[in-house]
Amino acid sequence: MENLQLPPKPERSLFKKIRTIIILLLVVALYVWTFTTIDIDWGRAIERAISNFHRVIPKLFSPDWAAAGEVGAAMLETVFIAFAGSLMAAVLAVPLSFMAAQNMMGGKIVSTIGKWILSAVRAFPDLILAILFVVAVGPNAFAGVLAIAIGSTGMLGKMFSEIIESIDMEVVQAMEANGANKIQILFYGVIPQITPEFLSYAIYRFEVDIRASSILGIVGAGGIGTMIIFASSNRNWNEMGMILFSIIIVVTVIDFASARIRRKIV
Amino acid sequence: MTTKNSLTQKSMPLYPAKTKIQVTIIFFIVLGIYTFSMIKTQEDMVGGFGGALGNMYTVIEKFFPPNFAILSAIWDSMMQTIQMAIIATTIAAILTVPLAVLSAQNITTFKPLYYVTRTFLNLLRTIPDLVLAVIFVGLFGVGVFPGILALTVFSLGILAKLISETIESVDMNPLEAMRASGGNVFQVIWYSLVPQVAPQFTSLVLYVFEINIRASVVLGMVGAGGIGLVLNQQLKFYNYPNAMTIIIVIFATVLIIEFISNKLREALL
Repeated sequence: MENLQLPPKPERSLFKKIRTIIILLLVVALYVWTFTTIDIDWGRAIERAISNFHRVIPKLFSPDWAAAGEVGAAMLETVFIAFAGSLMAAVLAVPLSFMAAQNMMGGKIVSTIGKWILSAVRAFPDLILAILFVVAVGPNAFAGVLAIAIGSTGMLGKMFSEIIESIDMEVVQAMEANGANKIQILFYGVIPQITPEFLSYAIYRFEVDIRASSILGIVGAGGIGTMIIFASSNRNWNEMGMILFSIIIVVTVIDFASARIRRKIV
Repeated sequence: MTTKNSLTQKSMPLYPAKTKIQVTIIFFIVLGIYTFSMIKTQEDMVGGFGGALGNMYTVIEKFFPPNFAILSAIWDSMMQTIQMAIIATTIAAILTVPLAVLSAQNITTFKPLYYVTRTFLNLLRTIPDLVLAVIFVGLFGVGVFPGILALTVFSLGILAKLISETIESVDMNPLEAMRASGGNVFQVIWYSLVPQVAPQFTSLVLYVFEINIRASVVLGMVGAGGIGLVLNQQLKFYNYPNAMTIIIVIFATVLIIEFISNKLREALL
């Protein structure tokens, strides 16, 4: 019988080993810091939970059907906000993504600037943008539209630019070699390659925006969030149950529809 | 005559007529809904869009210059926010393992169990983080704890879905080989599934951590602890320079954490 041996483990360089150890130590330190300094008032939390449980949980599961009309109208407004916002974002993201994609505008500088703009926009949470726009255009649904539009532009721009970077450049080169000008290359070489995925991501973003716009009302930017804040400050948990129910239904339906549409497009 | 120069003749349009009509109809429907949404959402706006632009300028002026004197006062809240995100991500990362395995089609061969977990996760993901926070604040009172719970539940939904998708895309051959040579379920998972999924798992956990940082920043708006609480107070007092400082701090923190998490991901993958 032959002496069977396992293949030797690949040698790992000293640098990599040290780096792994340092990362591990930092993570451990982070955890020690977190768990020793966070102050959770367990006693009060548990006490509150015991006294509140029967007041909150059963009511959440018996939605207040009388509020259905009002909740439905607010939910519809939420859908409008998300739709207008994500469509605006889809349009705004296109030029930015062409700017951020390395293989389009030529030059690393332009693409780096584009990427910076996009990640700066992404760093603002939607709700913070909503606060700024509520102060600017007043507490109404349009502030929500603007917040969604700007917030989604960052994410969509990044996705779009990655799609552009992954296109087949041979088509573009072939057209260049045949003497096509920039506009022709754009319309016949680039756009047909990116359109399905662009649409797919824009529709996906609409799904995300439905969720995002349902909470914008908390800072006064319209939609169902306004009702969430009222219901929670009035401790009207039956109404909260209704709101939750309508959010779950609408989000599920839109997720389902968008998944089907996206499967058809790509 | 037709054979003479078929290339130059417009015999074949780029797209078939049916597609063209379909696309045109869809385009107009989308445009219609958009116009309707814009009209609906601007209904109760005072002054219209032209007024808004001028208004925006005066408002932005109010926010400047930010009052950096409060930096030391908000430091603790910002740290609390980060800690909330760390704890929530950790708990979610642990809880997600059984859920992700159960909702992966190629590992859970018992169909009803797969459908139950899938549906549960789908339902979980429809609830926005702030709604969870509102409910938990109602249940546990104002503080960090409801915030952590809300973040945990919220990120559990996302993480379990992403990881179950990773599990579904693994190479099944090692698993079958392991099973054929007599490994039990846990041996198969530990020796052939875990090594394939581990790098993706870490990367996705980091990604969810980034999402959690963003989410935990705003949870305080409904009383769930962290920097959002302070921001909400300052906005209620119309103290815009202070609010601007907080917004700048949030912005910087998110950028720094994203940078670190990107570097970590590159090092690990």
